[in-house]
Amino acid sequence: MNIPSIPTYAAVIYLLAAVCFILALKGLSSPKHARAGNLLGAAGMLAAIVTTFTLHGISNLWLIAVGMVVGVAIGVPAARLVKMTAMPQMVAAFNGVGGAAAAVVAITEFSREASHPIAIYRIVEVLFSVLVGSVSFSGSVLAFAKLQEWMTGRPVTYPAQQPVNAVIGVVLLALIGASIATSSTLVVVILLVVSLIFGVLFVLPIGGADVPVLISLLNAFTGLAVAATGFVLQNTVLIVGGTLVGASGTLLTQMMSQAMGRSLPNILFSAFGSVVTAGQ
Amino acid sequence: MIEYITVFVLAAFVGYEVISKVPSILHTPLMSGSNAIHGIILVGAMLIAGSAHGTAQMTLGLIAVILATLNVVGGFVVTDRMLEMFKSSSPRRQSKGSAAQGGPESTGKGSQSGSGSSSTNGAAK
Repeated sequence: MNIPSIPTYAAVIYLLAAVCFILALKGLSSPKHARAGNLLGAAGMLAAIVTTFTLHGISNLWLIAVGMVVGVAIGVPAARLVKMTAMPQMVAAFNGVGGAAAAVVAITEFSREASHPIAIYRIVEVLFSVLVGSVSFSGSVLAFAKLQEWMTGRPVTYPAQQPVNAVIGVVLLALIGASIATSSTLVVVILLVVSLIFGVLFVLPIGGADVPVLISLLNAFTGLAVAATGFVLQNTVLIVGGTLVGASGTLLTQMMSQAMGRSLPNILFSAFGSVVTAGQ
Repeated sequence: MIEYITVFVLAAFVGYEVISKVPSILHTPLMSGSNAIHGIILVGAMLIAGSAHGTAQMTLGLIAVILATLNVVGGFVVTDRMLEMFKSSSPRRQSKGSAAQGGPESTGKGSQSGSGSSSTNGAAK
């Protein structure tokens, strides 16, 4: 069964939701309008979700409803009851699940289409979403663990860290090539697993006060993964919402690292020793 | 295809331009708010779950809906709580914070009142 097509009325409401998201970001960047901005974003989101329910060709309504009830039942208490000091790790957690959702949606759609010949650009869209979404998920889980003090918050380094990362990078490239060559779902699933490992290795050497900047970067990653999934599903509201977060998140990450008086490459790679720090 | 690329490129520019001069006190709420916005993946999860056939697709669809719903509700609730904290903190601290953070705004007001007073001075002379 194919993804339901989007009729005009739904496209108009998706457009309104996208405008709400833009205004939400604008509101959130000024102290005066921040709270109203957040509520406007939530209103746009609600409109988009309700509209999706009404689409012709959406079946399994009970399945969606059950999923939403479970998500709300876990998410609202978790967000309401957590201590104020634990907020950054909650952002990491909710960011991670978004990245995972983007990867799952892309891989599910791919598994449906892969039985027919599939264009290379379609595979590339899926691969991008799976790779970036998985890295964002496992990276966020590790960032959560660091802030929650389930593990040391300090940068973790080990011998031969750079060679190990290089090997993982080469494996990822090989898997990308193999996915395009074979358009096999199994290879994409292997890519997903290796991406999860890569996300962990990427975050391990980042620690201490740098973790919030890292979460902001992973937030931008998830945005890009969502946008890639939007390409996979050919859905503009996903593309707009994801891209807005990807672009503004990248800028925000730069602003956060500037506020700390450091450059972003320095924050990401300083523990490797590959970037020489001037100030240390 | 090209229309999606057009949308993508324009959205990237809008996203980059729409946040500017964010006071550092709002960095974390803005991160959390944009975190909630990429919860729009819930629409994608609904489309997948709503057109799923067979146990495997339904399971994946259900997982995607649960994860995306967590992203949406968690993101917006956490952001609202963060911003609530700004409001409910003591007024003195808040005004101090906004005075320190609202750089462009307060200078704008200052120059406005400055020009206003200078014009009244001019009128008096």
